[in-house]
Amino acid sequence: MTEHIDLEQSLHMYQQMAKIRAFEEKVNELYKSAKMPGLAHLYSGEEAVAVGVCEALHRDDYITSTHRGHGHCLAKGARVDRMFAELLGKEAGYCRGKGGSMHIADPDSGNLGANAIVGGSMGIATGAAMSAKMRGSNQVAVCFFGDGALGQGLFYEVANMAALWKLPVIYVCENNLYGEYTHHTETAAGEFIARAKAFGIHTEIVDGQDVHTVYAVMQKLVARARRGEGPAFLQCDTYRYYGHHVGDINRAYYRAKEEEAAWRAHRDPLTILGHWLISNSLTDQAVLDRIDADVNAEVETGVAFALDAPFPDVREVNEDVYA
Amino acid sequence: MSDRELTFAEAIREALAEEMRRDARVFIIGEDVAEAGTPFKVLSGLVEEFGKDRVIDTPISEPGFSGIGVGAAMTGMRPVVDIMFGDFLGLVMDQVANQAAKVHYMSGGKLSVPMVFRTTMGATRRSAAQHSQSLHAWVSHIPGLKVAIPSTPYDAKGLMKTAIRDNNPVVFFEDKMMYKLKGVVPSDDYTIPFGVADVKRAGNDITLVATSSMVQVALGAADLLAKTGISAEVIDPRTTLPLDKPTLIESAKKTSRAIVIDEGYEQYGVTAEIASVIADGAFYYLDAPVKRMGAMNVPVPFSPVLEDVTVPTEQTVFEMAKMLCRKA
Repeated sequence: MTEHIDLEQSLHMYQQMAKIRAFEEKVNELYKSAKMPGLAHLYSGEEAVAVGVCEALHRDDYITSTHRGHGHCLAKGARVDRMFAELLGKEAGYCRGKGGSMHIADPDSGNLGANAIVGGSMGIATGAAMSAKMRGSNQVAVCFFGDGALGQGLFYEVANMAALWKLPVIYVCENNLYGEYTHHTETAAGEFIARAKAFGIHTEIVDGQDVHTVYAVMQKLVARARRGEGPAFLQCDTYRYYGHHVGDINRAYYRAKEEEAAWRAHRDPLTILGHWLISNSLTDQAVLDRIDADVNAEVETGVAFALDAPFPDVREVNEDVYA
Repeated sequence: MSDRELTFAEAIREALAEEMRRDARVFIIGEDVAEAGTPFKVLSGLVEEFGKDRVIDTPISEPGFSGIGVGAAMTGMRPVVDIMFGDFLGLVMDQVANQAAKVHYMSGGKLSVPMVFRTTMGATRRSAAQHSQSLHAWVSHIPGLKVAIPSTPYDAKGLMKTAIRDNNPVVFFEDKMMYKLKGVVPSDDYTIPFGVADVKRAGNDITLVATSSMVQVALGAADLLAKTGISAEVIDPRTTLPLDKPTLIESAKKTSRAIVIDEGYEQYGVTAEIASVIADGAFYYLDAPVKRMGAMNVPVPFSPVLEDVTVPTEQTVFEMAKMLCRKA
């Protein structure tokens, strides 16, 4: 029975990760074929973090996301077609075309929005946790951010208050090694988790490429947050396959092609989970292939929908400035 | 009851208390807001009535608790964030201008940020360059924010209640030199709509548009002008964002002359915006250029003899108005 549930859930997580991967590959194509306005920051390679974290959350739990946020949105429950529509600036997008890649918000799935200011949502996530505590709703809030955001002072202010007030917030630090074009060893002194420990915050470091590990640790952190035991800091070691954004093609000056190839070859989250499922005889390649085919079809349908969808009426430009 | 007098500070406190009684989602957060009641004692007594869960003392972390306010507002609460000195807006501008102001628009209208940033303004308190500025122009520049800048205890109470009930982020400026100013404040529940200017004194020869503490200065100047036979109309926009343009323009059309007086720095300031609105809307009715009187374009100095010359006074406004009204 337990094995059955594990299998079902594992396949679901595989599907979620595969969907994010397929989505991001399509975004890259849209950019390269000049069909997408602006830029995007791809999440490929980091899928196990978003999926492992969000799998441990309820739909009404909150997340805040980042400029590299497509994976968070999808993992929390956003639809592929409306995501693409937003990326293309269409009326059917999650923000009616006003937000774009870096600002997707979907309150229906608890997503309080991606944020284009690095570390900018740390206050929002902590405030959402405080609000949940004040309202007695038993919700938790997850703040996604990258290793680069540890350079922002806001974190140290809100983490201090979250610890003082035992707020149900989990700070998920996606350590993909680089802040923009700079390795973290050049920008962050000391250990990442030491920052949170200084406030007495519970910390964990996990392999961010292994979705089972992320999920298991996250379940524990969510449970203690719901019990009123306060905030946690989860460092997920991961890797972004692409550059800082889709236009960051020539990366050799800051990271080696060999390093990128090694992560793809040995640390890919989809491969790791697929291998685990097959080597434990829980499923076979055909099942995984079918999942891949399903999500690819969903992505193709979604992007076709978005390409055909109308742009907003230009008269909407000054709507929604005020509530 | 209708002629009961309160100080400006008491009016603010009464508005907060009434709204906190009316709506359990309203809470106050900031530095030394609870037992201390802020350095200006504006909030004294509130923690006794509402408890420390709704009058929340924070560390000295303005960006942090401002951001927490934004997140709480997005998820069903109505925070009133206390930014002790307006100068500290420099610390919190990302949360104010990039987060609170933009969430509703960026989300296509799905999220909203019903919150109030209470802060102070006003020089001549001998507090020097980092505790004396009037920075309401900064936030009046940002779409998505509303900015209230009351000049009387009556307006302070009514505008604060409107600010708390508004579904948008409102920055509320209280001139700390006016906290002890007394005025009639009804004890009943009333609100004052944003974007509606108030004629503080009717007149025919010149329009004095004034904000916050400069309203008292303009009224004093109007008294002096009356003695020389010049009838000045004093208008207080009460909110700089939204701005009641029609009332300002109509008054200038009627009087044919206007001075805009505001305690923010004159360069690129609130006076420039309002003067431009009047020049644009009343051009063919004007007998003189619209004049601006803001704070001098210098950091606010400490020494009283230096500080006092940086802001408009009854006398300087009087002189400017007299000069404008002099028949050519």
